[in-house]
Amino acid sequence: MKYDIVLCGVGGQGGISVSVVIARAAMAEGLRVKQSEVHGMSQRGGEVLAHLRLGTEEPASPIIPRGSASLILSFEPLEGLRYLPWLSAEQGTMISAVTPIKNIPNYPDIDSVLAEINALPRKVLVDADALAREAGNVRAANIVLVGVASRFLPLKEENLKNAIRELFARKGEALVDINLKAFEYGRNYNS
Amino acid sequence: MAQETLMGDEAIAYAAVHAGLSGAFAYPGTPSTEIMETLQELAAKIPQDSPNRFVAQWCTNEKTAYESALGASFAGRRAMVSMKHVGLNVAMDPFVNSGLVNINGGLVVVVADDPGMHSSQDEQDSRLLADFARIPCFEPATQQEAYDMTYEAFDYSEKHHCPVLIRITTRLAHSRSIVDIRDQKSQNLIKKPEGMDWILMPAVARRRWKEVIARQSMLSEESNAVKWNLLSKGSKALGVITTGLALQYYKENLADYRAAKGSDPMHLHIGFFPMPTELIRSLYETCDEILVIEDGYPYVEHLLRGIVPGKPVHGKEDGTIPYDGELNADIVRKALGLLENKGLMVKNISLVGRPPQLCQGCPHADSYTALKEALKGYMLYAVTSDIGCYTLGALPPYSAIETTVDMGASVGMARGAAEVGLEPVVAVIGDSTFYHSGLTNLLDAVSHKTNMKVLILDNSTTGMTGAQPTILPSSQLEPILKGCGIDPAHIRILRAHKMDNEKNVAVIKEELAYRGPSVIVMVRECLEALKKARKA
Repeated sequence: MKYDIVLCGVGGQGGISVSVVIARAAMAEGLRVKQSEVHGMSQRGGEVLAHLRLGTEEPASPIIPRGSASLILSFEPLEGLRYLPWLSAEQGTMISAVTPIKNIPNYPDIDSVLAEINALPRKVLVDADALAREAGNVRAANIVLVGVASRFLPLKEENLKNAIRELFARKGEALVDINLKAFEYGRNYNS
Repeated sequence: MAQETLMGDEAIAYAAVHAGLSGAFAYPGTPSTEIMETLQELAAKIPQDSPNRFVAQWCTNEKTAYESALGASFAGRRAMVSMKHVGLNVAMDPFVNSGLVNINGGLVVVVADDPGMHSSQDEQDSRLLADFARIPCFEPATQQEAYDMTYEAFDYSEKHHCPVLIRITTRLAHSRSIVDIRDQKSQNLIKKPEGMDWILMPAVARRRWKEVIARQSMLSEESNAVKWNLLSKGSKALGVITTGLALQYYKENLADYRAAKGSDPMHLHIGFFPMPTELIRSLYETCDEILVIEDGYPYVEHLLRGIVPGKPVHGKEDGTIPYDGELNADIVRKALGLLENKGLMVKNISLVGRPPQLCQGCPHADSYTALKEALKGYMLYAVTSDIGCYTLGALPPYSAIETTVDMGASVGMARGAAEVGLEPVVAVIGDSTFYHSGLTNLLDAVSHKTNMKVLILDNSTTGMTGAQPTILPSSQLEPILKGCGIDPAHIRILRAHKMDNEKNVAVIKEELAYRGPSVIVMVRECLEALKKARKA
C-alpha cells in the first residue's frame, strides 16, 4: 500500500500540525512514513508545502513524484490548485478550505478559483473556518480538514483522534475537546 | 532497539549526543538550524549531575563556531560544528587548516547545502570543499544514514586524526522518517595531544601536509571497501551512479524501470568520499553508457567525463539532468528514459506566485518606510543590504534595497562605494548579521572616516531562521558601537515604529547630511520572537 498526501497553504496556517497528526496515526497502524516540509524564508507569509508519504514499505523519495498523490489537503484554495500536477488523475482527491488568503495584490477572482476546484473529478470544498468557529476556535480549521480527510485516508478514525489528543494534550483539556469536535465536524461534513 | 521519527537535522543531533559529544557550536542558517536547536533541546533534558552533559552554543559566526569546536577537539573531547553551505565560506580558514592538525577528539563538521536555493544565495556543493581541504566526506541518503554516519564519523575522525565533513541537503535536513537509535557512549576524558602537530608554522605545516596527502590517498583506497559505497550487479547496457539522497530518487523509479526495460541497471552508490575510484572504474569498464545522478554540482560526473573522449556519460553536463536546481524523482525518471508522470492541470486561472513577505506589523517595514522618506530629494544615493528577513525589503511595496551578497557585505560595500565617490550610501543590516560579519567592516569605516551610514535593524533575534537569540542583547550594541570609535553624537538609537515615523525620518535626514561614519539603530523586537517567547 502506498498513499501520498500533499499538504499546502500559506505560512502560519498550522500545516505542520496536520502533518504530525496524520503521520502519528499512520505509525500507530504500523505504516512507514516519510514527511518533507519547508522551513526558512518561504515560511514568511509565502506558500507552505509539506509532503507526507505513507506505505507498508518505506517510501523512497522524500518528495512525492508528479501524478501520484492520492490526496491534496489544502488550507487555501489557490494553494491547492498550485499542486494539481502532483495529484493522481485516476484516483486523486482534492480537499480544500474555501477561504482565500489575499496577501498578494493579484489574487485571481475567487469564484473562478473555486469553480476550478469544483470542476475536478473528486473534490471536497469546505468552509473550515466556519466549522472550526462552531467547534469553539477558528484556529482548529486545520483539524476540520483532517476530519474531512479521515473519510479518505487509509487510517482508523480512532488513531487519528488519539494523535489529536496527543498533539494538544499539553495545551489543556479544553483545546483537546475543541479539536476533537473540529475533527467530528469535518468528518460529518457533507458537501 | 529504540526508534524515533526524526528530520535529517534532528537525526544528526541525536547521533552526535549518542556518540559522546562534549561540545557543539553553530550559527543559524537554513537548512542547518534545527541541528543546534535539537542539541539544545536534548541538552536541557540532561540532569545537572549527569556525566552525559554537553555544551550546545550559538556563536557569533561560523568561523568562531568552527574554532570553538576545534579547541574542544584539541582538548581531546568530541566536538561538532554545524552550518549552512555558505557558512563554510566564512569558516574556510579554520576549516582548511584543521585538515592539517592532528585531530584529537573526534571533530565532525556538518554542512547543509541548499540545491534549489530554497533559502540561500548560491548552490555551492560542499563535497568539493571537503576535497579541497583533503578530508573525508559522508553524504547520507536517508535520515537513518544521517544518524549512522554521524555516529560513526566521530570514531572515523579519531581513527584518522582528521575532521570529517557530513554533507546534507535541504531535502534531507527537513524531511522525516523513522530512525533506529543506538546506545549512548560515554564522553572522552580531557587529554591534550602530544607533539607539535597543532602548531602550523611552516616547518610543521610542510610535514603535516605530506602526511595529509598520504592520508588522502589511503582514504581513497579505503573508499572502495567502505560499506557506504556499494556496487551492485545489473544490466551492462546502463551503469547508474548515485550519491547521497539521489539514491532515493533512483529507487523511486526502479520498479518502473525494471518493468519497462526488463532488468536493473548496474549501480554504484557513493555515500563516502574521497571517490571510490576502483568501483567507479569497474562500473565504467563494464557498462556501455553511464548515468550519474547527484544533487548539487556534477562532481562525480565531471571527474568521470574527464577531458579525453570515452564512453557516453550522462548527467548534468550533457543536459540529461538540469545543471541547476534541486533534484527530484521526476527529473531522475526522465533521465532514466521512462515515460513522464502526469497529474492534473489547472485550466482557467493563472497560478500567481505568493512570494514570502515581511510579517504584518514587522518593525523592518517601519524602518524601510522611514528610510525611503528620508532619502527622497536625493538624485543619487545607494542602499546596500544584507542577509535576513529584511532582504524582503527588496520586493514591493518597499523596493528599498539594491544589494544582497553575503553576510556583512552591506557595510563593506557601502564603504567601498562611498570611498570612490557614491554619496550618500546607507547599509541596512540586522543586528545578528552585524555581529556576524558587519562589525569588522565598521572598523574600516572608523579608521578611514568613511562617509557612510549604517542602519542596524535591531530586533534582538535571528528572525529568518526561526528567532534564535542574537549573540548579545540590544543593551550591548551601543557600547560596542562606541567602543569601535563611532562618534557618540552619530550613534542614533530610534524605535522602529510607525508612530515615531516623523522623528525617525528627521534623524535619518540629519545623519545623511553628516559627512562621516554614523550608525542609526532601529530598535523593536521581532514579532516571531515575541510569539515564540509567549509559547514557551
